[in-house]
Amino acid sequence: MTENYTALYEEHKKLGASFTDFGGWQMPLKYSSELAEHHAVRKAAGIFDLSHMGEVWVTGPDAAAFLDYALVGKISAMAVGKAKYSLICNEDGGIIDDLITYRRPAAADGTDRFLVVPNAGNAKTVAAALAERAAGFDVVVDDVSAETSLIAVQGPKAEELLLRLVPAAQHSLVTELKYYAAVEVPFLVAGAGQDLLLARTGYTGEDGFEIFVANDDAAALWQAIVAIADEGELVPAGLASRDSLRLEAGMPLYGNELSLEGDPFAAGLGPVVALSKEGDFVGKAALAAKKEAGAGTTAGRRLVGLKGLGRRAGRGHYPVLKDGAVVGEVTSGQPSPSLGYPVAMAYVDVALIGPGTALDIDLRGKTEPFEVVALPFYKRPK
Amino acid sequence: MAKVAVELQYSEEHEWVSREDGNVVSIGISAVATDALGDIVYVDLPEVGSTVTAGETCGEVESTKSVSDLYAPVTGEVTETNPAVVDDPALINSDPYGAGWLFKVAAESDGPLLSAQDYASKNGGEL
Repeated sequence: MTENYTALYEEHKKLGASFTDFGGWQMPLKYSSELAEHHAVRKAAGIFDLSHMGEVWVTGPDAAAFLDYALVGKISAMAVGKAKYSLICNEDGGIIDDLITYRRPAAADGTDRFLVVPNAGNAKTVAAALAERAAGFDVVVDDVSAETSLIAVQGPKAEELLLRLVPAAQHSLVTELKYYAAVEVPFLVAGAGQDLLLARTGYTGEDGFEIFVANDDAAALWQAIVAIADEGELVPAGLASRDSLRLEAGMPLYGNELSLEGDPFAAGLGPVVALSKEGDFVGKAALAAKKEAGAGTTAGRRLVGLKGLGRRAGRGHYPVLKDGAVVGEVTSGQPSPSLGYPVAMAYVDVALIGPGTALDIDLRGKTEPFEVVALPFYKRPK
Repeated sequence: MAKVAVELQYSEEHEWVSREDGNVVSIGISAVATDALGDIVYVDLPEVGSTVTAGETCGEVESTKSVSDLYAPVTGEVTETNPAVVDDPALINSDPYGAGWLFKVAAESDGPLLSAQDYASKNGGEL
């Protein structure tokens, strides 16, 4: 697989990161201890390099109508400045990727502008699918993934830290930014002001932000954020802690919980699919049929949370058992650092998804007791 | 900390062996292994009085990221296990060659063991 390096690779090396391949990218797995990084994000803040994620601009007079056709959500209903979680499906209703779409202010000529952010491993596939689906629409699909970096600052201290890099007169842009919204903010980096797209989004279950920045400016921004933090306020955090944080927050990971073979209803993402929106969209007929057939409610399996009653964790692909019979499969699992017990997400036969249902996970020949619980496992204190 | 402690012998599966009184050996896992595993949160050790066989699995080490088999580097009866690492598996990360030892065996025979030098050169570790 092609090895890609983000613009922040040298920063990670300087910080002593150990690396892992993820979606074709060499990414920091951890810098010191993934448990320490996890706890730091819950209690203070962590900074993550997400530059492996894709960025695809969709612009043009038909941009909103086009995204209504290409994605399963009603993108045209989004207000300017908002972000929306959605899926791109194939004609069979299989999930090509989950992604976030940001509606940006229209261009001076009134042209609509959207920024679509797919996962790293799917970025090229998504860009290609969007380009293919654009036939007949007056839109331009521009994949800027290769030039764009993405830095996340997540945790209860995130807002306070970023404000130190923003002129006081613009603080309200940050403090008043709602969850799942984005705004251009002038950041002071290396003595110069720079307008950057700041989104209040994340994948950790904490308050936090994601900042889009050109590759050439990414290292300076990263260094500025790290330098502005006092002792104990911020740690660099790698993919290992990102995975444990998102799992506690009950957020699906493409490749684990979501796949071409799966469907949105079984994944608990039925509300994301706007079957009632006007016009056709890719996968609509297949998804309508799946919903009609009771996918994820009365038929097949559904994604649930499992809480371990022992000490051992279930891992991806381990069988889920009821009275010794296989009734499901784990998609993600590990000991929850914040909660102190094992957690897992698993697809389980719909008859057994009620909270409190006792199930077992087959841990390589030994069974451990689990029970079905509502997701998310972890909610941040308000 | 040096990733490979010079005074010990090692198995291909990253267990270290320390000779003690007579034929009794202490066994743990190397810093090369703990680095790769990440933060260890659970350890399943063989029972005292049971017999382990060189090259065969005798327990499990579970980290936040993964679970790995523990292989016996020698054959013999388990004489002691380390209760401290069962209570606090993080000791295996913080002091893999000291307080993070796992169990002791009255060794009847050894499996194939490497010198520290050979183990280090195989694993890019530092002496």
